[in-house]
Amino acid sequence: MSSRTWKNPIIKWVDHRMPIVTFLDHAIVEYPTPRNLNYWWNFGSLAGLILVIMIGTGIMLAMNYVPHTSMAFDSVERIMRDINYGWLIRYLHMNGGSMFFICVYIHIFRGMYYGSYKEPRELLWIIGIFIFLAMMATAFLGYVLPWGQMSFWGATVITNLFSVVPFFGESIVQWLWGGFSVDNPTLNKFFSFHYLLPFVIFALVFLHLWALHTHKSSNPLGIEVKGDEDEIPFHPYYTAKDAYGVGLFLIFFLGFTFFAPNFFGEPDNYIEANPLVTPTHIVPEWYFLPFYAILRAVPDNFVDVWGILPVIIPAKTAGVIAMFASILVLLVLPWLDTSKVRSAKFRPTYFWLFWLFFIDTIILGYIGAKPAEGTFLLIGRLATAYYFLHLVVFIPLVGKFEKTKPLPDSISAAVTAGGADAKEGS
Amino acid sequence: MFKKILIVAFAIVLGAGVTGLKSKSVQAAGDVAKPASQEWSTDGLFGFFDRKQLKRGWQVYSEICASCHSVRLLYYRNLVEMGLSAEEVKKIAAEAEVAAGPNEDGETHNDDGELIVRPAKAFDKIVSPYPNDLAARAANAGALPPDLSLITKARINGANYLHALLTGYKEAPSGFKVSEGMNYNPYFPGAQIAMGEPLSDEGVEYEDGTKATVEQMSKDVTAFLIWAAEPELEERKRLGVKVMLFLIIFTAMLYAVKRQVWAKLH
Repeated sequence: MSSRTWKNPIIKWVDHRMPIVTFLDHAIVEYPTPRNLNYWWNFGSLAGLILVIMIGTGIMLAMNYVPHTSMAFDSVERIMRDINYGWLIRYLHMNGGSMFFICVYIHIFRGMYYGSYKEPRELLWIIGIFIFLAMMATAFLGYVLPWGQMSFWGATVITNLFSVVPFFGESIVQWLWGGFSVDNPTLNKFFSFHYLLPFVIFALVFLHLWALHTHKSSNPLGIEVKGDEDEIPFHPYYTAKDAYGVGLFLIFFLGFTFFAPNFFGEPDNYIEANPLVTPTHIVPEWYFLPFYAILRAVPDNFVDVWGILPVIIPAKTAGVIAMFASILVLLVLPWLDTSKVRSAKFRPTYFWLFWLFFIDTIILGYIGAKPAEGTFLLIGRLATAYYFLHLVVFIPLVGKFEKTKPLPDSISAAVTAGGADAKEGS
Repeated sequence: MFKKILIVAFAIVLGAGVTGLKSKSVQAAGDVAKPASQEWSTDGLFGFFDRKQLKRGWQVYSEICASCHSVRLLYYRNLVEMGLSAEEVKKIAAEAEVAAGPNEDGETHNDDGELIVRPAKAFDKIVSPYPNDLAARAANAGALPPDLSLITKARINGANYLHALLTGYKEAPSGFKVSEGMNYNPYFPGAQIAMGEPLSDEGVEYEDGTKATVEQMSKDVTAFLIWAAEPELEERKRLGVKVMLFLIIFTAMLYAVKRQVWAKLH
């Protein structure tokens, strides 16, 4: 793509010295994009939008929030009651967290379904997983700030997980706490990190986009772009499509914000933190539930039953390892997947495996909200086992044995008038 | 088109899934009686505050509940937003005393070491019945009457729960042992509550002539507490309706633009 010459003398002057206008033109205007992206490809830009909304509302909240154990809860209520439109800013931020995870989960599952993570987009995927990890940390830290009962007890449970780190566990936990229990230094530290991490996410998103723009978007057919006829400029095609997606998404997001702002929250967090009273059930936010289920799935007698690990590893340690492993294993997914074909459209067996895996994560989420006992615990264990079985065993095997359907010659052959999938991307 | 239906279906399934999760976690909270759903003026897309009811509710709160329960996040001035006149609020505030703060000589206490007080004003927080939690426990045989400013948000199904609790006192079933100083109430976790039955018929005399039955008073005070927990509710829903109308039209236009732009491709 040859760069345009700019008519406006000011733009021309700036662009000659620093080609920022040309860069933007390349990146978001003439940027060549596969012509067949469907609506599942909207969720990346939606996640970017919600990140900006979160940073914007967050900065405004920080102007009136007081990170002190004796004032945090009341300062949030002051925002809700006395700051002009404080309730709106706070509810946007609160529900925005859930929206961010909804977008990113759909974005991740889309990547899995269409095999977007495969060569040459492995690094793009890996950076994405790091964004996901940073989001989880940010969300957890943010949930502690209003200093309600779930804030306090959630912080206590999660920080304690780090005590399983060999040798340094206790020191790490004490450093996180800034003392010997979750208290004022913890809250100060968490506030500081909660303000820092979104900018780390922002930087990671920049890298994510850099990697994306190097090899361009994947697409529902999972075949590479072969020529100009397979591509369309990002603007006006995908700007229009993304804008429409933003409209739909805002209806969903603001519907909750205005009419059911506490839908995703726990009532217990409207009770001020009290270190002397433990809530009956400590439940994390919904987006952590599958991982919470994995954490609690590992049996107490793990080592006796399996006899694999030479050192005595308590159940808690094994649970924490399983939880972190469940996310970290995604980093190597591009190499676990042995199939040359990307899209599940052409992989009849993987198609079913994908949906089973999706259902499995929903089951894990359901179990995460339940007390870890009886049938729930059993189902949680089976679902956890299946989670790893899918990623570590089924994915590598299916790529070797699956008989894939024939791939189309090119995107344009498949999706333009007369092609078999004429409707794709419309 | 099929793709679009799929996306909408997915959103619905996701919403339903989360709703299912939440209702399940409610069940897990223990074997307590399920509060019946009541109608509240604040429900729904067009929910609003019934000012007359709030006024009655405030009367029930201030004459009955306030002897033990605080609403510490509220200021007297908030009662004006609720529907009382500035004069009424001034009078209500003046009945309570607050620390006067340092006088011209910088003194906060008199020569006998007692706090110098003044009548409360509209800009003061509504004075709590007890100076601190310990005093509250001491006066209530060890039980702590919770602050009510956020109570309808701080309990699952808050408003319905509160109404069920206030009207749910009854004889304990045979075989159920109620501990000393406790009262049977199937809606409270564990079915035993330290608070005695607070409402009785004609417990207050309503200025607007409404008959003060337990049911009525419970509804009124709950409505008042919904307002206390979410004073922004009415403004929020009104603004929400406008925002939704705008977004629906705007999104329809964006869809038209998208169709127009993409039409060239096919």
